[in-house]
Amino acid sequence: MPAAESAAEVLVERDGAVAVLTLNRPKALNALSVPVMKALAAALESAETDEAVRAIVLAGSPRAFAAGADIGEMKDLAGSGEAEAALSEHLARWDKVGRCPKPTIAAVSGFALGGGCELALACDLIVASETAVFGQPEVQIGVIPGAGGTQRLTKAVGKALAMDMVLTGRRLTAREALAAGLVSRVVAPEALLDEAKGLARRIAELAPLAVRAAKAAAAAAADRQLDAGLARERGLFYRLFDTADQKEGMRAFAEKRPPLFKGK
Amino acid sequence: MSMPAETSAPEFLSETKDGVLRLTLNRPESLNALTGTMLRGLADAVTKAGRDASVRAIALAGAGRAFCAGADLGDVKMRMADGSFEHGAELRKAFNPLILSIRRIEKPVVCAVQGTAAGAGASLALACDLKVCAEDAKFLNAFAKVGLVPDSGMTWLLPRALGLSLALEHAWLSKPITAQQALSSGLVNRVVPAAELEGSVGELLGRLFAVPPLSLALTKRALNRSLEAASLEDQLEYEAQLQQFLGRTKDHAEGMAAFLEKRPAKFTGE
Repeated sequence: MPAAESAAEVLVERDGAVAVLTLNRPKALNALSVPVMKALAAALESAETDEAVRAIVLAGSPRAFAAGADIGEMKDLAGSGEAEAALSEHLARWDKVGRCPKPTIAAVSGFALGGGCELALACDLIVASETAVFGQPEVQIGVIPGAGGTQRLTKAVGKALAMDMVLTGRRLTAREALAAGLVSRVVAPEALLDEAKGLARRIAELAPLAVRAAKAAAAAAADRQLDAGLARERGLFYRLFDTADQKEGMRAFAEKRPPLFKGK
Repeated sequence: MSMPAETSAPEFLSETKDGVLRLTLNRPESLNALTGTMLRGLADAVTKAGRDASVRAIALAGAGRAFCAGADLGDVKMRMADGSFEHGAELRKAFNPLILSIRRIEKPVVCAVQGTAAGAGASLALACDLKVCAEDAKFLNAFAKVGLVPDSGMTWLLPRALGLSLALEHAWLSKPITAQQALSSGLVNRVVPAAELEGSVGELLGRLFAVPPLSLALTKRALNRSLEAASLEDQLEYEAQLQQFLGRTKDHAEGMAAFLEKRPAKFTGE
């Protein structure tokens, strides 16, 4: 294994009251495998319990924030029961990011696709580099987003654009994402971490109780009926593992060939 | 190993030497008319050059007496007859990726234009960063003559280079632009005698190589961006972001030191 890839899955850096968690599987385009998400959840928990941390930045690599879940871990799951048993703990880690009580900022450069897009969406706000690309391509491999994409994307960009994305796998450029309200700022790739950390520092300097209240209040609007929607999405997601198209879609993806869907 | 037969000479030549990726359109018998193979191959070569640290600049040229006559109309006609050609799909698949790859690569792309640059061939030349022309170079925009609109970026780049009125006249009336006119209207950088074309490109590349690579890269990106920037405020902020980054580079420190010590700078690209 190359040295860079055998280092920790997630790097943790403390910069005053700001914790920066960096996904560290650049060669795998930060595919969100079980070990990566476990490491992320652990790092997030430490940042949550550490009273000195007031804001959290979640970053990836220049080429990819995270290009998706690890399809290899899912493609051979036999049916909905097996999928739920194998994935419920895994998917709950995205929910955990969404429930973090401290302000979370995703710093997105390059691909934020599938589970990667959902991870960014689970943060309070997204700062993007000009190279960022957002998308939920799951339908192209016979499933749907299962970590909140259908719910959070619809709330973030509205129904028409969200439908365009989840029904076709359409990707958004950073500029399109800014226009759609998916991200709040777009900067040069070289400036991304400075911008995200600067933003986190500004938040960290403000009254902690007011920040927490502001986040809770805004979340009450943004996340209204989110839990019911997430449950509905996850149920539909698991059920697709009973279909032949899920197997065909994920195998075709792994074999780098176009899938042949039959509606079964 | 035996050489392939002459008839299967590659449609474009690609060679990296002394930091320059030289791409040469190589169908001189057809005035370098662009085929799908050429377009996709060129786009691929440019994109790869972006990630290849041994390539510092790209030089694009056409073999023979013309730079490029545009799309291969023989090929288009044949494929239209058998129903396998769709204009929109062809642009999206073959032409547009090449134009985008040239505008996006953060390394200088210099082209040498002799004789005719027509249609998408003119667009291709226009998409390059710097253009050196032979005195006989001529830009032809004949899309309107066949009932089409200029494509491959021409409608974006031409009004920015010429202004709206000259661009419209050129496009509507298929009025050729000579090398001298192109020079005086700011469409190209240099006009030289045909025999000096290659040397002039080489000299230009040599001068570019003396500039810190990150300055070249980010200047190209910032100027590209300015064509689409929302406002002066927006672009000023962008400049500040890039300068913040460049201000911490070794080449900036070296450039400052060399200036103060009145010696030539030695840049490393870091």
